[in-house]
Amino acid sequence: MTLPALFFYLFASMTVAAGLMVISSKNPVHSVLFLILAFVNAAGLFVLMGAEFLAMILVVVYVGAVAVLFMFVTMMLDVDFAELRDGFLQYLPVGVLVGLIMLSELVLVVGAWATSGALPKTEARAPIPTDVTNAEALGRVLYTDHILLFQAAGLVLLVAMVGAIVLTLRERRAGVKRQDIATQVARGPATAIEVVKVRSGEGIPG
Amino acid sequence: MDTILHVLLILAQSLALLVALLVFIAYILLADRKVWAAVQLRRGPNVVGPFGLFQSFADLLKFVLKEPVIPSSANKGVFLLAPLIACFLALAAWAVIPLADGWAIADLNVGILYVFAISSLGVYGVIMGGWASNSKYPFLGALRSAAQMVSYEVSIGFVIITVLLIVGSLNLSDIVRAQDTAAGVFGWYWLPLFPMFVVFFISALAETNRPPFDLPEAESELVAGFMTEYASTPYLLFMLGEYVAIMTMCALTTILFLGGWLSPIPFPPFTWIPGVFWFVGKMCLVFFMFAMVKAFVPRYRYDQLMRLGWKVFLPISLAMVVIVAAVLQITGWAGQGAG
Repeated sequence: MTLPALFFYLFASMTVAAGLMVISSKNPVHSVLFLILAFVNAAGLFVLMGAEFLAMILVVVYVGAVAVLFMFVTMMLDVDFAELRDGFLQYLPVGVLVGLIMLSELVLVVGAWATSGALPKTEARAPIPTDVTNAEALGRVLYTDHILLFQAAGLVLLVAMVGAIVLTLRERRAGVKRQDIATQVARGPATAIEVVKVRSGEGIPG
Repeated sequence: MDTILHVLLILAQSLALLVALLVFIAYILLADRKVWAAVQLRRGPNVVGPFGLFQSFADLLKFVLKEPVIPSSANKGVFLLAPLIACFLALAAWAVIPLADGWAIADLNVGILYVFAISSLGVYGVIMGGWASNSKYPFLGALRSAAQMVSYEVSIGFVIITVLLIVGSLNLSDIVRAQDTAAGVFGWYWLPLFPMFVVFFISALAETNRPPFDLPEAESELVAGFMTEYASTPYLLFMLGEYVAIMTMCALTTILFLGGWLSPIPFPPFTWIPGVFWFVGKMCLVFFMFAMVKAFVPRYRYDQLMRLGWKVFLPISLAMVVIVAAVLQITGWAGQGAG
């Protein structure tokens, strides 16, 4: 067995095992940690396929940002484990149904792909070009060939971001003191302090 | 047979780099304390060995020989995993750092992204340590730290993008080679991208939790932040990870803005000096600036820190990305470095 194949089986089995642990571990924080492990192994698989740019972006975006937020939320949750287990039986039929539907869809897709002669299995994967780097190839596709679609996707994301900000924005109550950094910085000895000569026994008038 | 030899060679290189890096960090730690002491008119560590040169090794022995204390209500696995992750991730970034021309262990095409990804994972050591300690001060420290590191990563990312726009490559060695001009020290990117250099330096301080941004371990508020419950070797690993991350940031500053292994004066006899000396020298210079900042800048308040990250650095770096891209497009410089 060659070295890449060895690494492929290592990463693949780790991804699947970590994925299983995500849904089976009792502590939600452990679940998130296993999810991170699954992401990192998926990034390893990308590297093996020669998609190192995608692998790095996966680590930066999913592991470095999204999973941190997941972790924040799950750490803050006050989870009652007994209640969780009560709900398990109640939601089991729905869960099994969704799982069965997804499984049958997967079987249909893979079965159709495997049996049809239209897509030869060995050529389904695009050949890896050797003359351009990953980043260059992706850049060409995103910013040159499909610039309009890319910009439209960016606009959709912008709208989503504005929407999220609007949803969380509240009216500020009147009379609440707020910090104004500019005025704080602009304060100097002349405006902030006053030198008073205090005579013994008289105190400061006023 | 060839594969085995290749693997052995990489192992030997990694081991050599690891040992050199750890010894270097032992002296960087000492230098940090000496600079700090000198600013405050103290002598600093001066008892162990001549001028205290063996102080870090004495500290190492002390940490290793102590008993590791694990709080009874801590989540034991995660508690012990956290310092290991912090240290491992910090060291992993060094696999792609080119100390001299062709000296990187792995000369990745996406080297800069790799370093960025690894340094963005550094936050996990902190969060896991804080959460697993099952104590309120570590937890608060971990939350602060996570928010801080995620915030400053954004501006670091944009600073890296401005440099990449000029270079046209994600390879760390290519970034250094693109700065190799006849102008020497004035051809490096710190001059044309000076605002970005400043933003990157300050963000690097915040990203590595260095003073004045050491709020995760602000001792007046949070005891020792996420490290409160740690003792002996796990604590040592956290400390080590922190200093390795600082050295990574110094190396990254050197590569992005200070011309990496290039000589500041681009003609002999200066170019005869091996590149690794220039690289380490520049790293020491950047670290000296880190140490001076620690010595004489007071700690930021938490809200000021977040304001600086999101309301000052983010707009500046975003604007600079647009400006640099526009200038490159207009003057026709784009992609000149990689060719």
